[in-house]
Amino acid sequence: MYIIVVGAGKVGWNLARELLDKEHEVTVIESNRRRYLTVEQELEHNVSYGDASELWVLERAGIQRADMVIAVTGDDEDNMLICQVAREKYLVERIIARVNNPRNRPHFDLLGIKPSVSATDLILRLLEHEVPEYGLVHLLDLQEEQLEIIEMLLGSDSGVTGRRVSDLQMPEGSLLISVLRAGKGFVPGPETVLEAGDEVLAVLDPGKEDDLKALFGPGNNGAPIDG
Amino acid sequence: MFILIVGCGRVGSSVARAMLHEGHEVSCLDEDPESHARLEVGLEKGWEDLGGHFTVGAGLETDALLAAGVERADAFIASTDGDNTNIIIAQIAQRRYEVPTVIARILDPLRAEWYQRQGLHTVCPTRVAIDMLESAVREGAERGGGPDDSAEAA
Repeated sequence: MYIIVVGAGKVGWNLARELLDKEHEVTVIESNRRRYLTVEQELEHNVSYGDASELWVLERAGIQRADMVIAVTGDDEDNMLICQVAREKYLVERIIARVNNPRNRPHFDLLGIKPSVSATDLILRLLEHEVPEYGLVHLLDLQEEQLEIIEMLLGSDSGVTGRRVSDLQMPEGSLLISVLRAGKGFVPGPETVLEAGDEVLAVLDPGKEDDLKALFGPGNNGAPIDG
Repeated sequence: MFILIVGCGRVGSSVARAMLHEGHEVSCLDEDPESHARLEVGLEKGWEDLGGHFTVGAGLETDALLAAGVERADAFIASTDGDNTNIIIAQIAQRRYEVPTVIARILDPLRAEWYQRQGLHTVCPTRVAIDMLESAVREGAERGGGPDDSAEAA
């Protein structure tokens, strides 16, 4: 594949190395002269000096024939612009954007720039996962497929503790897919009885989280939710 | 009209003052609190006393846009010093807040032209400067500056 990586910082540079190792054709575009010179010593002709938000710089790097453009600069506006132009003007099939400030993610979504990756978000999710008392953690959002996978910790006061999976009235559009208990994960059968301390994984249609939280949260007795 | 101007530099502040003078409600958003001073150049009263609004914040910040009144804006002008910022926030104004009139100042002629074709109203000072300079040179040539080929009247 021919891949253009925009930004030769730690992410871009290391990404380029990995991609070159995997024998892809790579051009990195970097706009900071000093950083460019440093990276050029190692990557040589695979790095190009210029501001990738200028269309002629992208064209000089051969964007018309690129299979993928990855924008990993430290500037969200630049990443958005480059990905938008790559996809809509140059019809690049695959784009990936880095999100520096998680609060800008809705803007990436609004402009249809995906997938977008925020290191901060990923780490925050891990933190949530590690903290003993958490409600519902998003493990995975598959935006194209309109699916989420979430994880919930069943407290001792959970309405479904002591109930069999087959007795649960799961909200329409959701499915319990696995239970983590005492460090072991297993796929629950209809006779599985849920216990306090279980971490349950569910796949669901977006928008069903609240129903699921109500069902698995304190006190509800596992009764069905209108919704 | 309620006009929201993001970027209160020379251009943004001048447009803001002119629009206020014409009787519109004008709200300015800028990251630099000092840019407020530009709004009061040549005014006898303070900007807010005359009914103007000023918010400190970045055009990408949803809270700042809301505080500056984007939801009730009739017109939105993106005039920060960054082309990419202007392009992005103008699209946010169009698509998320459905502001009826959205204009972006874009210095790069190539990006300005592309986005204009995509449906964003762009104003490109660079393009204007290029055209005017070229005309001026041609006029100079016509007036006897050099061999006159097929130069068409400017």
